[in-house]
Amino acid sequence: MTFVAKPKAHHPKLPKNELGLTRRDYEGSVSTLCAGCGHDSVSAAIVQACAELSIPPHMFAKVSGIGCSSKTPSYFLGNSHGFNSVHGRMPSVATGAKLANRELYCIGVSGDGDTASIGMGQFAHIVRRRINMLYVVDNNGTYGLTKGQFSATNDLGSTSKKGLPNLYEPIDLVSMALQLGASFVARSFSGDKRQLVPLLKAGLMHEGFAFIDVISPCVAFNNHSGSTKSYEYVRGHSESMIASDFVPPGEEITADYEPGTTETVQMPDGSKLHLNKLDADYDPHDRVAALAHVQQRAAAGEIVTGLLYVDPDATDTHEILNTIDTPLNQLNEAELCPGSDKLHSINESFR
Amino acid sequence: MSSDTPQVRYNDCVIRFANVNGSGSASANGMFAKALFRMGIPVATRNIFPSNIQGLPTWFEVRVSDANYLGRREGVDLMVAMNAETYTEDVASVVPGGYLLYDSSKPLAAHLKRDDIHEIGVPLAQLVLPEFSDPKQRSLFKNIVYLGVLSALLEIDFDTITGMVSAQYKGKDHLIQPNINALELGRGYAQTYLGGPLPFRVRFSDGVGDRIMVDGNTAAGLGAIYGGASVCAWYPITPSTSVAEAFEKYANQLRMDGDQRKFAIIQAEDELSAIGIVIGAAWNGARSFTATSGPGVSLMGEFLGLAYFAEIPAVLWDIQRAGPSTGMPTRTQQSDVLSAAYASHGDTKHVVLFPATPKECFEFGATSLDLADRLQTPILVLSDLELGMNDNLSEPFEWDDSRRYDRGKVLTAEQLDEVERFGRYVDLDGDGIGTRTYPGTHPDKGAFFTRGTSRDEYAVYTESPEEYHANMQRLERKWETAAKIVPKPEITNHGRKVGAIFYGTTALPMQEALDQLAEQGIEVDTMRLRAFPFSEEVFSFIEEHEEVFVIEQNRDSQMRSLLVNEGEIDPAKLVPVTYYAGLSISADFIRDSIADHYSATKRAQLTEVTR
Repeated sequence: MTFVAKPKAHHPKLPKNELGLTRRDYEGSVSTLCAGCGHDSVSAAIVQACAELSIPPHMFAKVSGIGCSSKTPSYFLGNSHGFNSVHGRMPSVATGAKLANRELYCIGVSGDGDTASIGMGQFAHIVRRRINMLYVVDNNGTYGLTKGQFSATNDLGSTSKKGLPNLYEPIDLVSMALQLGASFVARSFSGDKRQLVPLLKAGLMHEGFAFIDVISPCVAFNNHSGSTKSYEYVRGHSESMIASDFVPPGEEITADYEPGTTETVQMPDGSKLHLNKLDADYDPHDRVAALAHVQQRAAAGEIVTGLLYVDPDATDTHEILNTIDTPLNQLNEAELCPGSDKLHSINESFR
Repeated sequence: MSSDTPQVRYNDCVIRFANVNGSGSASANGMFAKALFRMGIPVATRNIFPSNIQGLPTWFEVRVSDANYLGRREGVDLMVAMNAETYTEDVASVVPGGYLLYDSSKPLAAHLKRDDIHEIGVPLAQLVLPEFSDPKQRSLFKNIVYLGVLSALLEIDFDTITGMVSAQYKGKDHLIQPNINALELGRGYAQTYLGGPLPFRVRFSDGVGDRIMVDGNTAAGLGAIYGGASVCAWYPITPSTSVAEAFEKYANQLRMDGDQRKFAIIQAEDELSAIGIVIGAAWNGARSFTATSGPGVSLMGEFLGLAYFAEIPAVLWDIQRAGPSTGMPTRTQQSDVLSAAYASHGDTKHVVLFPATPKECFEFGATSLDLADRLQTPILVLSDLELGMNDNLSEPFEWDDSRRYDRGKVLTAEQLDEVERFGRYVDLDGDGIGTRTYPGTHPDKGAFFTRGTSRDEYAVYTESPEEYHANMQRLERKWETAAKIVPKPEITNHGRKVGAIFYGTTALPMQEALDQLAEQGIEVDTMRLRAFPFSEEVFSFIEEHEEVFVIEQNRDSQMRSLLVNEGEIDPAKLVPVTYYAGLSISADFIRDSIADHYSATKRAQLTEVTR
């Protein structure tokens, strides 16, 4: 970590977004994670994504559980409210927060321990409930804060820093999200900002539950040879299926990816998602095929990255519950309390 | 059974129905109680049911009392024994001189005969045999036939009962006439063969007044709606489930904007998630609550500690049942007092409310939300199965339309503009309560990070011993504020030497017990606790009495422990009276426990009490 405070002054040439704000307006406090931690790259990508989307920085609710990953909401969006809750329970807090105010953008940051072990139940059920949020897992395959125990996403045979192999089958969160009905599923790598930033933007603008599993190496405990979550291993074994680029409403940007088969997905708010299919046969709207593909490639020792599945017409919890458009936390007495006359007739029904 | 018996007793009896779970008896038994209520007679109902859907024994007890003694009384005056499996214990529970109504289609086994009670045999199965062809209907209508028999034996107004049948089956009109026929079948049989009404009967009364008959869980759900709860998250658990169901039912009627809902209800995957959703919603400014029972409170412990320490409002209804562990899930107890008050690790303590009537459940349904917002902390409301799931007589619900929700110290964008530096946990008013903001309020002021870790007044993480200590001290100041604003105890103090403390449903049989004790020359002052932390009045009451009984429904005298602990009271002064076998505590038990205490200790007070 660094103890040098960030200077308040902005570089005069920092680009400004539509709100006249720079990336610095979307930053948080100085990270206390280890130098080189993948999680800090994810936080930086979130800062860039939010700034480029020109969303007012206070219109986010940041929620997390416990662990290194769950500390990171302090390190981005310093003008937003954050909630570092209890271990594995971020999904329930996010559910409540989103029920209370549907207008806030909700970013949940969790880790592989927080989601795939203690929080597996809550993860499964928030996917089912379709809370409209971006759920990011900083996945490093290890428990960093308690110094290097294996997590449930660690691959069978991958070794600890001391060389001991992991004896148990890994849990693949992407496969789980696909199987449980998530309407936006992606995997990325903290070291690939070019891929990660557009995914984060698209996930934020997706109206429904968006899940991104970000492989984010732990430099202190899981970045050695023998680890399958190291920078070197991931760079050598990942395969991007679909490069995506998020385009805000009314803008047209051409992705700087290698040419291939392109498809434009129209988002509900008028924005567009350009998908550049690196494998012409891959259909990002076929959940079953996506699941099969992820698992086939995993069996071949490859990590599939990019946008793996999206349903642009997804529904969210508020639509399922048919709640009013006004955020529930803005209703006043007149709108909430039925009043004494109604109570008289209710009393009468108990006579 | 002649009608001119000199000692006819009106509107004062206990009738118990013994049935098989799932046999359709509940609706007939409910109509019986409701008919008496409609005749203006005070009644209390108790459903004693198994943790099972079909086939196990279930009992329904109706206490009829013009004197308004609505707690449980030992002994049954009339047993309607419809379950052969429980005949032995059912026969045994009848008071000497009492009555046993049974289906005489089969003769009563010799070993069930008692010389000191009256048997009333009605061939119910045979009566319905020619009337209904379908075996399922025969079984269902048997219940209605015994209702007809009871109407004759107890002189229940027949128009009241038939009126209820018509109301019950409105919309399914083809069911009305067969039900009335079944009622008449039973009534006719009783009038022809059973020789007139019993020496205890019912008659029209004005005892009910304007009271209503409702269960506490319905009242709690309604109270939450009136109190402005817009998010409810819950996980099914007996006996709390009907709180969430009532909230949903009434919200679907009262909280609609066209076809859109002004509320959200989530049946969560477990209790941990339920309380997490409540905390997340309340953090974001929506009033929210959950309902659970003892096992749920255990599971919610970690989150409750977070809400205490991070200072987030939350309301939790605990409808207590008999523990430990799964215990007796369908029986009542007051055994979560300590686990609620001190839920979670570390120096954690919570505000707890103790409602005793449906009306109080309604009031606390709303008040708990005000207190949670004002104190920025979880409020646990401890009801129990007895209050929550049984129809209780209650004063009607009231709502003052000029009442405004107390949302506590929440800053708006305009207020934030006036603030030089926002500090979430700065104690500006000396009451231990900081100021909150909701997410999204202001572009660059008022945002803070909520966490379960230690932090300074500005919500910044710290491990400074001074900052941590100061924060814990402030939470203690907030606790003192809580003691001043929670509902006060209900005290009757005539300057007697002896006092009795109780809470929740232990209040139900209390007046009856007190009247009976007074007849024995034992008079006590009383205090019904309504909240924890205890206010000054609670400790003054104990101070002013030489000896104080603490009457409650758990083995370990949990409220007594709480009083001793929080008030540094000499334990010898607080005499425990505990009943915890799963039924609700009875007047007989309280009377005998207190009277025995005096005879056992031969205390002089027995003769010295002023009358």
